[in-house]
Amino acid sequence: MAIKQRVLGIAAAVIGFAIASSVAVHAATSPKVIKISSKRFEYKPHAVKLKKGVPVVLELVTEDIVMGFNLPDFGVRADIVPGKVARVKFTPDKTGTFIFLCDIFCGGGHEEMKGNIVVVD
Amino acid sequence: MAKRIDRRDFLRLAGIGGVGVVFASALPGVARAHGDDDFYFLQLSDTHWGFEGAPNPDARGTLPKAIRSVNALEQRPDFIIFTGDLTHTTDNPVERRKRLSEFRQIVGQLEVKDLRFMPGEHDASLDNGKAFQEFFGATHYTFDHKGVHFIVIDNVSDPRAQIGEEQLAWLAADLKRQKADAPIVVFTHRPLFDLVPQWDWATRDGAKAIELLMPYKNVTVFYGHIHQEHHHMTGHIAHHAAKGLMFPLPAPGSQPNRAPLPWNAAEPYKGLGFRSVEAELGEARYEITEYPVQKA
Repeated sequence: MAIKQRVLGIAAAVIGFAIASSVAVHAATSPKVIKISSKRFEYKPHAVKLKKGVPVVLELVTEDIVMGFNLPDFGVRADIVPGKVARVKFTPDKTGTFIFLCDIFCGGGHEEMKGNIVVVD
Repeated sequence: MAKRIDRRDFLRLAGIGGVGVVFASALPGVARAHGDDDFYFLQLSDTHWGFEGAPNPDARGTLPKAIRSVNALEQRPDFIIFTGDLTHTTDNPVERRKRLSEFRQIVGQLEVKDLRFMPGEHDASLDNGKAFQEFFGATHYTFDHKGVHFIVIDNVSDPRAQIGEEQLAWLAADLKRQKADAPIVVFTHRPLFDLVPQWDWATRDGAKAIELLMPYKNVTVFYGHIHQEHHHMTGHIAHHAAKGLMFPLPAPGSQPNRAPLPWNAAEPYKGLGFRSVEAELGEARYEITEYPVQKA
């Protein structure tokens, strides 16, 4: 009985460790997902706060026509096509406020179509 | 044959007397006799016909004033190039054509009749250059003038601010026909290099064009888009941005937003103007002179 309990205890510990490890690994690699919607001539949200060193996936959609998303300071850009979700993944490696903008000319307000990403420690 | 322009005479004729700015773009490696082939042309840019707003309360008067200044030059340029954003963008295709038509009518008042045009994104990005072509023809082309090979590159008809593979192949084929030391002048609307991508002051595939131009010793680029004088080197290639004729924009990256600079009633038209480019082939250089919209 004592041996059986010890074996069960060890097994539980191993399983527990495995689960804990899995959660830890998952937490370390699973990026934060942020949805950004666009339409002529704005992004929602137009201000996004991120943490330095934490991976992020931006899920980008457009409500009307083809848009661009360009975040030059991190070398991130995508075309946003109606009916599809564009995903870009990156890890901010510096702090500060960085502009993202539409880089596909979309009409009279195109030049005002932009937002900020604020990266903090 | 055109009279050779002496630079000091030219500056005197320009009447800048310490007001304008002269920038010399050296062309190393060109050894030609100084002579009658020297000439000059004008670059006018970013006229944004159709714009209305506080940054220019004389929006319909600025271009006509500049044209009067050009016509008043004692020494006529060989030709005038408009480097894009002839009109301010509109989502209405009918209005777009109306603005292009009015612009063409106004510049018809220039006494110099050798006029060259190219589109900016405001003219061409919403219809891939269709309306522009109806009024002004091709959006990319070449021409030769007194020994200089001019190449007009269109980096705006694709709304993605790309030159595109097809046009790049055309550029490569054209360059193959040029000697390595041929004097080459390139006109674009957007900068070919990444000036401030955060302000959309770039061409997505501009580096490919620069790579094609790089083997040629004597290449100079004149462009618009940024509404101010600016000079930059990529290797041995000089890039010169021109002032606009509607509203000035802030210095590259100097503030978070690229908003037009406010109109200053005490100094109207400040930051606006046009330029002459004197090709001194014998001295292997171009000289740029900046002019105000009108003399003070």
